[in-house]
Amino acid sequence: MPKFTIKLNGSKKTIEADSDTPLLYVLRDHLELNGPKFGCGLSQCGACMVLINGKAATSCIRPISSVGDAEIITLEGLADKNGKLHPVQEAFVEEQAAQCGYCLNGMVMASVALLDSKPNPNDEEIKEALELNLCRCSTQARIIKAVKKAVKNSAGL
Amino acid sequence: MIELPKTSRRKFLKNLGYISVGFPMLGFAFLNQDPEMAARVLYNGNLPGSMRNANQINAWLRVMEDGSVKVFSGKVELGQGIRMAICQVAAEELDMELDQVEVHLAETGLTPDEGYTAGSGSVPNSAMSARYAAAMARKKLLELASKKLNTPESELILYNGLVKTKNGSQSMNFAQLLEGAQLEMEVTKPVPVKVKSGYRYVGKAIPRKDIPKMVRAEEIYIQDLRFPGMLHARVLRPAGYQSKLEKLDDSGLGSAVSGLVKTVVNGSFVGVITVREYEAVKAVDFLKKRSQWSESPDFPRQENMYSHLKEIADPPQQIRNDGNVNEANNGISTYQASYTKPYLQHGSIGPGCGIAMFDGDILHIWSHSQGIYPMRRAISGMLKMDQEKIHVISVPGAGCFGHSTADDAAADAAILAMTLPGKHIRVQWSREDEHTWEPYGSSMILDLKAGLDSQGKIQTWTTDVWTDTHSMRPDSDPATLLDTRYLESPAQLKGRGYLGGGHRNADPYYSIPNMQVNAHFFNGPLRVSSLRSLGSYGTIFSIESFMDELAEKEGKDPIEFRLTHLEDPRAIEVLKKIKETTNSAKLNDGEGIGFAFSRYKNTTAYAAVAVHVAVDTKSGAVKVLKMWAAVDVGEIINMDGIINQLEGGMIQAASWTLKEEVTFEGNKITSEDWDSYPIFRFPEIPEVEVHMINRPEEAAEGGGEVSMPPTGAAIANAVYKASGKRVYDLPITPEKILS
Ligand code: FES
Ligand code: FES
Repeated sequence: MPKFTIKLNGSKKTIEADSDTPLLYVLRDHLELNGPKFGCGLSQCGACMVLINGKAATSCIRPISSVGDAEIITLEGLADKNGKLHPVQEAFVEEQAAQCGYCLNGMVMASVALLDSKPNPNDEEIKEALELNLCRCSTQARIIKAVKKAVKNSAGL
Repeated sequence: MIELPKTSRRKFLKNLGYISVGFPMLGFAFLNQDPEMAARVLYNGNLPGSMRNANQINAWLRVMEDGSVKVFSGKVELGQGIRMAICQVAAEELDMELDQVEVHLAETGLTPDEGYTAGSGSVPNSAMSARYAAAMARKKLLELASKKLNTPESELILYNGLVKTKNGSQSMNFAQLLEGAQLEMEVTKPVPVKVKSGYRYVGKAIPRKDIPKMVRAEEIYIQDLRFPGMLHARVLRPAGYQSKLEKLDDSGLGSAVSGLVKTVVNGSFVGVITVREYEAVKAVDFLKKRSQWSESPDFPRQENMYSHLKEIADPPQQIRNDGNVNEANNGISTYQASYTKPYLQHGSIGPGCGIAMFDGDILHIWSHSQGIYPMRRAISGMLKMDQEKIHVISVPGAGCFGHSTADDAAADAAILAMTLPGKHIRVQWSREDEHTWEPYGSSMILDLKAGLDSQGKIQTWTTDVWTDTHSMRPDSDPATLLDTRYLESPAQLKGRGYLGGGHRNADPYYSIPNMQVNAHFFNGPLRVSSLRSLGSYGTIFSIESFMDELAEKEGKDPIEFRLTHLEDPRAIEVLKKIKETTNSAKLNDGEGIGFAFSRYKNTTAYAAVAVHVAVDTKSGAVKVLKMWAAVDVGEIINMDGIINQLEGGMIQAASWTLKEEVTFEGNKITSEDWDSYPIFRFPEIPEVEVHMINRPEEAAEGGGEVSMPPTGAAIANAVYKASGKRVYDLPITPEKILS
């Protein structure tokens, strides 16, 4: 079985997997991470999102063989070394922006990428940035509030 | 009565990270002076239904070695925040810190059997049981302390997990008081409960403890459980509902897919077990291409579905008959209208998942089922295995909104685990299987007729509702589990479940002297079961659309018209509140605001909803701009939790109303993913605003479902106001608005 070395949350990880194995399965199954979730496996729902070179991207149909030396950050990699949460994570807690929370990984990752490229988005820009991300508990109204809260929290840093 | 643990619970609790590891004993040491003790009043009302079979304090609450308290509930966490609500009421009655109370949710043999977590019943049943058990426990702990410390109760203070004498000379925590024993006495009336004015937590917006864990990607969901040596599996679903396996060629599977452990074939059940999860995905694909199935009969054509459902329905059953509708209809103006609702999906974001391990004696199952005891009965029937030999632990999954695929995934895992003792087998459903095999919310037809007198008062009302069952939840009938129908000796469904959900709220809550409700049950073509709010979403969509039509015929304001038919002051108040809240909303051309009201089940919580829409008259596109709700759930336990549920209920119902419909063609369900069954995405999300009317003296009702039924009708009424087009057939699509 082929070996792959990927750059994950600031360190290098080597795993053995069939080359067509999607990145999501490597992260959850081989590397035992909980952040990225399996929701559809069709790149339709955003539950599996990670940051690839800083951009929010789905991981469920991306074969491990195509990952190369891209920087991958998962929900686990957002807090700083001392465990201090990223402002977006903090804002989700403050706004209680979850019901079941299964979609939360994708929501947080997409919001982090958004705020990196656009530090002060308006409502329409937030909605557009999160368009791929589905939430069936329908917590979206709170998620939008959480993103705005994160903008405020970051400004205060 | 609760059974005693038979296997090593500690191990399992530990695996889930639920073991109690002690807490900082806050006690009085940090307080400068003794806390003011809230008074107690004697509660003499009814005890919750859940206490009927579990009426001892220790069925609900136990004191841990470190003096903290663990509360046991037979309900499961579905993202509705029930864990926090139970923690709040128990900590409240025991005057403890929230961190000193841990809540252990459903596990067979350990927690009470509270049936399903459904019907907005967790607060009135489980949280209230915890309240009375905790209040009783406090009373007993004080009695015990009085003896042990040789001090009259009036000279004792129970606070933050300690009982101490007022003079400060002696104190003990609960574990020291009990010396390893538990409170085994029954909860009997009257129960001395805390006066509501003395509450520290109840009614407040207390943040949930699980959200910080979610943002840190901790182990929370069943999908996150990993056991040493755990194997992965998937099941190859039949080609159609009635298909039988004719041929399966698995030669070459082992070389095509690495990590193959085994293929399991039992009748038309085909499962495959592998070392890695993705290997199981590939193995099922491989087998799908090399399997032959008998043809399943075609579904009716989608465009003829409603006439087909009327044709196959049983003779009607009269559900309600007040006064005499036929006689009263003489000489007054009567109106009628017919409304339809398609099959709807639960559409959980996380497809079903189940884990099972047979240790040679006991079959252990981890499941996100909504009812682990009833599911155990079904699995016991399916495997022909003694219930006592099955141990089920509830673990949260993604929000599922009723009976979805959790139980089926657990059954898959159970069947496979029995073939490989000692191994944990994890089954993860695919998105396509989830979409095409889940039990949908039933399609419905509603024919309404009303007669109004010359003053514009409704004198007669008739609802005829056509519906399938709204509850085929797993229980003693094993065929409620999908797999049972495909095993070597298959079983067919014995009954049709709970039919009453189909005509829930079919009788308007309005004062109408002559009222008749007839239910026409059909055994429809698609697999169905409970979907959030059951029949109420369809019945209230029709009734509240019709109320607007009647108001217009009478030239009355829709809210005024409703108010003239209501006597219940709580119903009147939510309607007045919604009117007041929306008074200042500004409307542009092509926009409208619609209202609707319902009292869920006609016996529980009250909700009035208003929706502001914009309709593009060229394209027919509807944009929901804002939704408001005014809601009375009686006593509020967690202010933020209830608002979160109500907001979500409105947005989910808006998605149902404007977008959703299960489609089928030939013998295939064609709603197979999020492209072919679209739901609301962010650009469609409106602003939402919820106003709560708190009534601490009234019974606490759940809020999971109450905002959904009026939302559908409020949208239909708003679309009519904005465009002049009344849509009777859900979903309200641009084509229907333009037609
Ligand atoms: S799981 Fe990847 S987008 Fe849905
Ligand atoms: S919170 Fe449940 S799917 Fe978003």
